[in-house]
This record gives sequence, structure tokens and C-alpha cells, in this order.
Amino acid sequence: MNLGTTSLATMSPTATSLLSADHICVRFGSDEVLHDISLKVDPGEIVTILGPNGSGKSTLLRALLGIVPVAEGRLSRQPDLRIGYVPQKLTIDRTMPITVRRFLSLPTRVTDQAAEAALARVGMAGEGAEQMTTLSGGQLQRVLLARALLGNPQILMLDEPTSGLDQPGEAAFYRLIEEVRHQTGAAVLMISHDLHVVMAASDRVICLNGHICCEGTPRVVSNAPEYRALFGLGTQGALALYRHEHDHAHDDGHPHHHHHDHHHDHEHDHA
Amino acid sequence: MLDDFLVRAGLAAVGLSLATGPLGAFVVWRRMAYFGDATAHAAVLGVALALATDLPIGLGTLTVALAMAVTVAGLSARGWAMDTTLGVLAHSALAFGLVAVSFFPNVRTDLSSYLFGDILAVSRPELALVWLGSLAVLALLVWRWQRLLTATLSEDLAHAAGIDPDRERLVLVIALALVVAVALKIVGALLIAAMLIIPAAAARSLARTPEAMAAAAVVVGAASGLGGLGLSLWQDTPTGPSIIVVAAALFAISTVLRRA
Repeated sequence: MNLGTTSLATMSPTATSLLSADHICVRFGSDEVLHDISLKVDPGEIVTILGPNGSGKSTLLRALLGIVPVAEGRLSRQPDLRIGYVPQKLTIDRTMPITVRRFLSLPTRVTDQAAEAALARVGMAGEGAEQMTTLSGGQLQRVLLARALLGNPQILMLDEPTSGLDQPGEAAFYRLIEEVRHQTGAAVLMISHDLHVVMAASDRVICLNGHICCEGTPRVVSNAPEYRALFGLGTQGALALYRHEHDHAHDDGHPHHHHHDHHHDHEHDHA
Repeated sequence: MLDDFLVRAGLAAVGLSLATGPLGAFVVWRRMAYFGDATAHAAVLGVALALATDLPIGLGTLTVALAMAVTVAGLSARGWAMDTTLGVLAHSALAFGLVAVSFFPNVRTDLSSYLFGDILAVSRPELALVWLGSLAVLALLVWRWQRLLTATLSEDLAHAAGIDPDRERLVLVIALALVVAVALKIVGALLIAAMLIIPAAAARSLARTPEAMAAAAVVVGAASGLGGLGLSLWQDTPTGPSIIVVAAALFAISTVLRRA
């Protein structure tokens, strides 16, 4: 889709960022899990944070949400920013009876009409009477997304929304995210551990490992040596397959690639 | 009508269940059963302190129960191993309380009324306190309901919606201490947690939403109270334990209903 090109959403020069982090650090005790992170999300943009396990990507999202305190740096968001948050998982205790419809009214009560519309948008029309505990992983993610959409968010923040899904389910969920962005104009900030599944749906990818290793369009990141060093050959193989199927441009040659790395490092030093 | 001790006892049981129903639902959802025990056991220590200082018993139990509840909530927020911590605190408070009460010879014979309750001896002012306390807890829970429910489902979802889960936990802790102070006279320190958990657990089988479960827990609690009074009169059994026996029977019936 928009591999290697900048999407319309990110090019709007007058748009002010929905939220931004300015050189933030997060520490757990004496352990610094995130250092010197700067990023911003503009209206309508889909940004994916990518990183291996333990890279601090969940912590970063939680810091941006205000769940985890920031030790240094500054967070800012647009005044009265409406955030729709989809957690990585939601484990509802078997002792709590709760229907999908009731869940959608937490913490703000919504009308039946609004609830049904939100369910229809995520492909769960007519499922309001179901008990939350009987939903499959994919259905639960859709309900969580529906709940997030009910607040009419300017930005959706999703923490590995597909971690419990199989590959077709994953692909369908990311298509849904893109659709929602298209329909509502909401920006999306999401976390993934796998570049190739989010590639088509992302405008920009931020590669994280305690600090920001590299960032850019999905293809720029997939070619960056920092990315390859983090994710190794396994994902590279999948990427090659992906590129073979979908990318119209030819793979970067080595000299060009090298040049790009320099350029990238340069940017990173000043970020 | 209130001159009849039986009417007062029945009204006390119904009043108490207004608070134990919804609060018990949260105790079940959040797996705070042992927490309820610790708070209730601390109430015995509160009785001893009240006797020593000539303060009203209700004030003593409320203060110590609140102190225990806040301590436990604070420790759990700091990641202490709750099973052991609660075990140490709950049983120490009970043991210290029992030892301390034994220093007051005139109370010693009456000790069982604090352990097992003495609902048949509820006076008019005590009845008023039960209703006031229960309605206060009910009002607190209704007021915070949406926030409490969100924080119970997921602390992260609560945070993202601008709700502070620690504050909501504190609301429940305060409600729990109030209920313990109110219920001590009715079911006694040893069985307060049962009065919270068993009706809510019975209600679980019958409900499809959190609100329905809380309401059903009120009904089961009130029915247990009245049924326990009847059992106690009929068979001359201790009233507090009789109430819990009826609640347990209703729980058993509810699980059968669910299978059917």
C-alpha cells in the first residue's frame, strides 16, 4: 500500500501533534527501562511501535497513557484529547457476570443505539447479550476496540492487540484498524512485535529497544541494520517474502543501503 | 412494632444485607475474601480497646477495622505476599483481641456475642446504627459504581479513563470497615466474611450483569438473615451461625439451579 511513501495524513503541515514525548525516561527502581524517548503522533496517522520482548514497548505506551510515571522528560497531549485504549488482554474473573452490552457502558454509559453501532462497526453486530467470558480471543479484541471507539477517540492506543490471535485473525484485525482510521480519522498508536503483519497498515514505525533504535516508514525500518540486528533472520525471511509479494520497488542495493544507514544514524543522534 | 426483639432482629438482618450484597459482590470479584476476614478479626481487638478506653464499642471496632484494612491495602499495593501477610495480621489481631478482652472479667462471659453475634439482643439505637451504616455503604457504592466496576475489571482501563484504581480500592476498604463495625453485633467477627461471600457467590449463578448479581446478593442475604432467625427460634440454635447455615443452603441450591 503506502510502503516507502509518506501517507497523506503525515504530510499535513499545519496539523499539531495529538501527543508527544520529549526526551522521556522511565525507571523501575534503579533500572532504567526507557531512556531518552522522543516521539509524536499527528492526527490521522498510524504509528507502530516495534520491539522484541523486554524492549519496553508496553511500558512506553503505558507511560504515554499516564499509567506509568515518567522519571525525566516531558509528556504533552492536546487539551481534552480523547483516547481510546485497547489493552493487550483483558482477563475477566469468572465470578463476574457481565454482558458485552454492559461492558460497553464502562466507564461511561452509552445508549443502546450507540453500543449496537459500535458493535456493528467491528463486525460484532447483535452480540450484545453475550457474556464477556464466553468470547473467543478475536471477539474479545473486537469488543475492546468497540468500547474504545464509543468515546469517539481522536487517537486509538493499542497494546499488542493481536497477541492472542492466529495469523488470519491478526490480518483481519489490522485491516479493521485501517478501516476505522479511514472512517473516523482517528490516529492510531499501536504496539507489535512483528513488522510484516503491521507493515501494510502503518504510516510510520518506531523500532524500540530501551531507546529508539530507528524509525521511519515501514520499509526504511525494515532495511535499517538496527532493525535487523534486533530481529535477526527469522523476520527478515518473512519480510523478504512479503516484499516479494507486494513491494513494487526493488530492494535497495548495498551502497544505497549503506548511505541510508549513515543518514539514519545522523538523524537518530539529534532526535 | 419495634418493641418486639424479633422484629428488630429481622430488620437488622435485612438492613445489613443492603450493604453486604453489593460489597460482597466486589469482595468476590476482587478475591478479597481473606481481606474481609482480616478486617473482621481486627474488630475483636477494637472491642478490647474500646473497653479499655471506655469508648463506644462501635467506634473502637470501626477504628481498628479501618486501620487494619488500610494497612493491608497499603501492603498489597507494595507487592507483599498477601496470603502470608493477611494470615499473620488476621490471626494476630484476633488473638491479641481475645487476650486483651480477657482482662475485663465482666466481658469474658459475653465474649461469644462478639465472635458469633447477638442479633436477638439488638436494641433500637443499634438497629438505627445498622441501617445508617448499611445505607451509607450502599450510597457510597452506588455513587462510585461505574468507577469501581471499571477499576475491578482492569486497572489499566481505569487509568486510561482517568480513574485512579488506588482511590477506588480505598473506597472499598472504607466500606468494608464500616460493614464490619455494623455486622459485628449481628453475625459476629468470625462469620462476617461469610455474610459477604456466600450470598454473593449464590447470586453469581443467577445473574447476567454485575448489577443483577449485587441485587440478587441482597435478596439472598436478607433471606438468609430471616431464615436463620427462624431456624434459631425453631431449633434453639445460635443465631449468627444459623444465618450462615441458611446462606450456605441457598448457595447449594443456586449451584443446582445453574446446572439445571
